[in-house]
Amino acid sequence: MHEQEKAPLAQAASPDLAASPYAVEMRDICKAWPGVVANDHVNLRVQRGEIHALVGENGAGKTTLMNILYGLVRPDSGEIYVNGERVHISGPRDAIRLHIGMVHQHFMLIPPLTVAENIVLGQEPGGPLAVYDRRRARELVLQLSARYGLPIDPDARIEKLSVGLQQRVEILKALYRAADILILDEPTGVLTPQETYELFDVLRALSRQGKTVIFITHKLREVLDLTDRVTVLRRGRNVGELVTRETNQAEIARLMVGREVLLRVEKRPARPGPVVLRVENLHASSDRGLEALQGVSFEVHAGEILGIAGVEGNGQSELVEVLSGMRRATAGRVTVTHASGEQIGKTYDITSMNAREVRLVGVAHIPEDRRGTGLVLSDTIENNAILGRERWPRFAWARFILRLGEIAHWARRLVREFDVRTPSTRLPVRALSGGNQQKIIVAREFAADPQLLIAAQPTRGVDIGAIEFIHRRLVEQRDAGKAILLVSAELDEIRSLSDRIAVMYEGRIVDIVTPEASEEELGLLMTGGRPSGASREEQAQATGDSGA
Amino acid sequence: MFWPIFLRVITSGDLWQASLQFAALLLLPALGGVISERSGVVNIAMEGMMLIGCYVGVVITLASHSVLVGLLAAIIAGGLLALVHGVVSIHLKADQIISGIAINVAALGLTNYLNIIQTGGQGIPSLASNLRLPMLSWGPLAQIPFLGQVLFQQNVVFYVTIVILIGLQFLLFRTNLGLRIRAVGEHPQAADTAGIAVRLIRYACVVASGLLSGLAGAFLALGVAGTFNSNMTAGRGFIALAAVVFGKYTPLGAAGACLIFGLGLALSVRLQDTGIDSNLLATLPYILTIIALIGLVGRTVAPAADGVPYEPGSAE
Repeated sequence: MHEQEKAPLAQAASPDLAASPYAVEMRDICKAWPGVVANDHVNLRVQRGEIHALVGENGAGKTTLMNILYGLVRPDSGEIYVNGERVHISGPRDAIRLHIGMVHQHFMLIPPLTVAENIVLGQEPGGPLAVYDRRRARELVLQLSARYGLPIDPDARIEKLSVGLQQRVEILKALYRAADILILDEPTGVLTPQETYELFDVLRALSRQGKTVIFITHKLREVLDLTDRVTVLRRGRNVGELVTRETNQAEIARLMVGREVLLRVEKRPARPGPVVLRVENLHASSDRGLEALQGVSFEVHAGEILGIAGVEGNGQSELVEVLSGMRRATAGRVTVTHASGEQIGKTYDITSMNAREVRLVGVAHIPEDRRGTGLVLSDTIENNAILGRERWPRFAWARFILRLGEIAHWARRLVREFDVRTPSTRLPVRALSGGNQQKIIVAREFAADPQLLIAAQPTRGVDIGAIEFIHRRLVEQRDAGKAILLVSAELDEIRSLSDRIAVMYEGRIVDIVTPEASEEELGLLMTGGRPSGASREEQAQATGDSGA
Repeated sequence: MFWPIFLRVITSGDLWQASLQFAALLLLPALGGVISERSGVVNIAMEGMMLIGCYVGVVITLASHSVLVGLLAAIIAGGLLALVHGVVSIHLKADQIISGIAINVAALGLTNYLNIIQTGGQGIPSLASNLRLPMLSWGPLAQIPFLGQVLFQQNVVFYVTIVILIGLQFLLFRTNLGLRIRAVGEHPQAADTAGIAVRLIRYACVVASGLLSGLAGAFLALGVAGTFNSNMTAGRGFIALAAVVFGKYTPLGAAGACLIFGLGLALSVRLQDTGIDSNLLATLPYILTIIALIGLVGRTVAPAADGVPYEPGSAE
């Protein structure tokens, strides 16, 4: 037993000894958390030098499997082979020794430290007791950066870098540790299309240099664009091992979900009505006191979906917070005009209203942070289903005493209509999957019969089945004459749902385009560039840019 | 009446000599706090660790007739108590504030109880001068007017403290180990994935904070007071805690804060001739602490993972 544990660690360092074609082979991996089986006899075989996609819905066990390979999680059972040798990985130190590197979904970088400090951390020149040799660390980083064609400023602090550059630091960190097997966990979620292409070029170059890449994703297009082979997981089990060339999106999606999936949202052309939401020259500050919104102007009509595209952190969150009454505007005006119902034609100035008042005048809000803002996780489904409406006569006598029977009845109705998978409405929301939690919010907000629906990242961290469902419901609401403001970091989601797309960059709407705009054009706008041809809606722009 | 006395006091070598001594007494536990919090473990139990150091130092000195043995025992006692805090907060992942409070309360009660049953309520008599930590006088340097008294006639532990201060500042900000300690306190997951032994570093830093607090206890009991009294630390460990925050979690910053608090303590003793009520004066250092925290706490940023137990694989 003991020889087995020691020997592979020593040998794996020299790849020419390995007889196996597989850089990584994981056999029969099982891992259960209390109440969840994350990996149920999972197998993974990754050939040396290939780019291998590991795909599956949220909760399919991809990250767990990779955390096991990187030593962050101990499997309950199963065997791991690296370059044909049986290995035991009991911590990241073992993984690093086996030349495995991992770029985590949430970057493992220390914001106040510099790029060089982050890269050499744990393997600093001179060892733990030596004086930190800044010049040597700098030199090593520059060498590495030149060798792999990944330019970076070694003295920059991480907190000052864009996400794209931070990811580059993560890759360099793995390469500094001499990684031959590179795991990337959903690396494109935070990138612009351009950054994504760049990343793909880098990964292809690494693969040509003989590195093995394991690429976790749930974006099928990326699988087809980048990878050589695909392993599909569903609910902690293997459901397919495919050669990328020989498959297509539909097949992978079917394997992931376990049934046919509509990848394209079906919708008719919009029939926009009168303006419901009008935003004029809106200014607001971020939590850090920076000017997050610098004169934002746009309109949303009844019966249309306006998508807000942009790299995260360009003011979208602040915009949604101001519109939903969670943040004060410093200047500008926001009005909501009813386009239907008893108060048709009535206009409310909601600029300085609080969240409750905004809701009362017909605005519903699906917040981007489901767990922090959208739900009280430890409370029951019933109570979460009336959150924000607990004073309605329907749910309370004298706005004060809750009508529990009515609330329970209401919650059961929403659960049924929105297909929330739960054995009881008395369960705490925490017990549900992300997709089902999100459905509760969507159900609650739709049920308010709003004039305006603000949907921020409505499908973040939700599985394909639930995405399909939520998308269909959003289009239904549009067709029922609601005005919908959709904010999403997923460009595909924005393009398939929106009737018009407003692109935000550094607190401004840089342009409003049609969904037919090419991905390149949108990507350019998202990074502050302007496509050559003048846009059709430049007048709409003029007000927004006047402050610049 | 007030101002002439005040001027005389403020210009006297005695005041500044005492200020520096009090400052060093605060600085030792404060340095302990800095290193513990930098690694991500909140330690509010310096008070209790100091008190244990006082008691064990005196008892062991008396038993062994050697102040050196007593000193060593005091340091080890502080370290052991810190180890308890380490196990509770690092291994068992319990609330670090609660653990700290428990240690403070337990240390107070335990030393008091042992002191009473041991001496039958008589209290420990003053230590003979050969059983105390000695004052150092640097020959001709000590003869320099004013500065000689202030800087070169201090207890031996004072000079040790200066060395530790400089060493710790260097360790934290100029060495690879310091980089690792800061990394662990800021983002333990990142440190772990970079191959750093997060728990080991945290344990080492927490125990170091106990060793330093124990040394401070020995300084107080064996150097300054020459005896043990119930609750003789009188909140110094808490003032040290304020100095950690006030000093922005750096050793030099904490030293600056301790100088201010030390001056406050010394003033409260020396100004008693001015006719101001002595009880009121005794509150001076604590009021200074509160003012310092109100004025500056908003601008200090604690290590990002301070007080958060590390859970491997919790990134999911």
